[in-house]
Amino acid sequence: MIQLVPRTGASGLWQVATPVLAVLATMLTGGLLFALLGHDPVAAIRTIFWDPLFGMAASYSRPQLLVKAAPLILIASGLAVGFRAGIWNIGAEGQYIIGGITGAGVALALHPLDAFWIFPAMVLAGLAGGWAWGMIPALLRNWFGASEILVSLMLVYVAQRVAAWMAFGPMKNPEGFGFPGSRNLQQYPSASNPELFANTGAHWGVFAALAAVVATWVLMSRHIRGFHIRAAGTAPRAARFAGVRPQVLVAFCLGLSGALAGAAGLFEVAGPAGQVTDKLGVGYGFTAIIVAFLGRLHPVGILLAGLLLALTYIGGELAQLTMQLPAASVQVFQGMLLFFLLGFDILTRFRIVRRVRA
Amino acid sequence: MIDPLSVFLLLLSASTPILFAALGELVVERAGVLNLGVEGMMITGALAGFAVAHATGNPFAGFVAAAVAGAAISTLFAALTQAFLANQVASGLALTLFGLGLAAMFGKPFEGVKAPPMPAGPLGINWIVWLGLLAVPAIWWFLTRSRRGLILRGVGENHEAAHALGYDVRLTRLAAIAFGGAMAGIGGAFISIATVLQWTEGMTAGAGWIALAIVVFSNWTAVGVLAGAWLFGGVTVLQLRLQAAGVNVPVQLLSMAPYLATIIVLVLISGRQKYSRRAGAAAPGSLGQNFHALR
Repeated sequence: MIQLVPRTGASGLWQVATPVLAVLATMLTGGLLFALLGHDPVAAIRTIFWDPLFGMAASYSRPQLLVKAAPLILIASGLAVGFRAGIWNIGAEGQYIIGGITGAGVALALHPLDAFWIFPAMVLAGLAGGWAWGMIPALLRNWFGASEILVSLMLVYVAQRVAAWMAFGPMKNPEGFGFPGSRNLQQYPSASNPELFANTGAHWGVFAALAAVVATWVLMSRHIRGFHIRAAGTAPRAARFAGVRPQVLVAFCLGLSGALAGAAGLFEVAGPAGQVTDKLGVGYGFTAIIVAFLGRLHPVGILLAGLLLALTYIGGELAQLTMQLPAASVQVFQGMLLFFLLGFDILTRFRIVRRVRA
Repeated sequence: MIDPLSVFLLLLSASTPILFAALGELVVERAGVLNLGVEGMMITGALAGFAVAHATGNPFAGFVAAAVAGAAISTLFAALTQAFLANQVASGLALTLFGLGLAAMFGKPFEGVKAPPMPAGPLGINWIVWLGLLAVPAIWWFLTRSRRGLILRGVGENHEAAHALGYDVRLTRLAAIAFGGAMAGIGGAFISIATVLQWTEGMTAGAGWIALAIVVFSNWTAVGVLAGAWLFGGVTVLQLRLQAAGVNVPVQLLSMAPYLATIIVLVLISGRQKYSRRAGAAAPGSLGQNFHALR
C-alpha cells in the first residue's frame, strides 16, 4: 500500500529535480506525439532542443535565444512575485500589449524629433502603461472583491482590440500607403531598441531582464516586503495577524508584474517587432506563466527556464521550416511541460511511503 | 425596425456556448473544484466536434464527439488536482494552454472546410439550443432536489465532513470535472458546428473565461447561469447589430463590449457579495482547495 505523507517543508532536492524531470518527460511524450504524427521523433527533438544552439543554422538562431528569452524572463520575474503571495496575474499578455502601445506612443508623438531622452522616456511610458493596466484588476479586487484572475484575463482581450484599433486607426503610419501598423521604430534611431552587440541578440530588454532577476531576488530574500509576500502566500491568516495588509500586497504585486510586462512590450515594439500592429501580442505573457512555474518562482530558476522556453520557440520555428512540424507544436510542448511539472511537484510536497496495512 | 423575436433568436444562439460551459463549470465548482481550463476544453470540443461532424456528415455525431473529447481532456486536470494534488489555478491554466495548442496543432487540416448543414429543431430553433435550455432545470433539479446533488454540494461545501460521512470526495469531484468537460466541449462545438460553421484557430475567443465569470455572476445557481448567459448573448448581439448598422465607432472598440461587460458585471456582483450581510455565503466552502485524506 503506497501512502503520501506530507512533508513539513518543501524538499530542496526535489525542488531542483522536478523541473528537470518534467523537461525529460515532455521530450519523451513530445517525441511520441511526433511519431504519431508521422515524423521521426529523435530528429524532431534534436531539431527543437539541440540544433538551434549547435546545429547548421546556429549562428543565426543563437542570438534569437536572448531576443526571445528577455521578454519571458522580464515578465515571469514580476509574475513570480505575485504567485508567491497567491495573487494570480494571468493577464500579463494584456499588460505587455498596453506597455508596448504607450511606449511606442511617446515615440510616435515626438517623431521626427532627435533627442537622447526619447528612448528612456519610452521605457518609462511602457512601465507606466503596463503598471496602469495591471492596477485595474488590483483596484477592482481591493474595492469590490472581483477576481483578479478573471479581470486580468478579460483585459487581455480588451488590450488585443486596443492594439488592433491603434494599428488601423490613431497610430497608423501616415506614410504607410494605407497598410495597417504604425511607423517602424527601427528606422527612427532616437526611439529604436537596437542590437547592442553584433550577433548576440542583446538589446536593452536583455539587460532589463537581468536587472529584474537581480532586483526580484533582492526583494524576495532581503527585503521586508518580500518576506511579507512569502508570508501571505504560505500562511495568509498568520500574515494578517503580523500586520501584513493584503490590499497593499495585491496592488504592489499586480502593479509590479504589470510594469515589468509593460516594459517587455516596449522593448519588443521598439526592437525586434519594430511597430505597433494588431499582432503585437504573441503569447509571451502566457508563456511567462510557464516560465515562472518551471523556474520554481525563484529568480535564478526563472532565468534558466526563460532560456529553455526561448529555445523551444526557436527550435519550434526551425522544426517548422525543416521538418514541416505544425507551428502549434511549441504551444503543445509548453502546455505539456506545465502539466508534467505540476504532476511531479507532488514529490516536493509529499513523501511516498510504502506501508503494510496492519 | 428590428424584429424583437429575431433578436431573441439570435440572443439564444449567441448565449448557448457560454450557457453549456457555465452550467458545466457550475457543477464543478459546486463540488469544490475551480477548473480554469474551460477555454481549453471548449476549443478541444470545437475541433473534435467539427472534425467528426465533417467526417460523418452528421452534426449530432459531432456534438457527441465534442462531449467525449471535452470530458477526456478534463481528466488530465482531474488527475493533476485529485491524484497529484496540484494547485487548481495552475492546473486549470495548464489545461487551457495545452488545449489551445493541441487544437491549433490538429486543426490545421480543417481550415477552410465547411460544416455539414444542421437540421432545424422545433420552432426553427437549433436542437442544441433546446438541449441547453432543458439542461438548466435539469441541473437545478439535480443540485437542489436530488440525493446525489446533495452529496456533491456537501463535498463542495466541506470536504472533510463529507469524507468523514463516508462519501468519496475524489470520485465525486472526478465525475463533476468530467461532466464539466463534456458540457464545455458541447459549448465549444456549438460555435464551430452551428454558428461560425467552420474551424479557425482560437475561435472560442475567451468564451470559456466569460463562462467562468458567469458562474460567479450566477451566485452558483443554475437559473443565475441562464440569466448571465442571456445577458452576454444580448451584449454580443447588440454589438454585432451596431457593427452591421455602421455606427461611427471603430469595429475593434465595439468588439470589446463582451469583455468589458464581463468585467463590469463581475465587479457589480462581487461588490454585492462582498458588502452584503450574507457575505461569501454563495461560494462553495471548499472551492479551490485540494483534499488529501490522512485517515
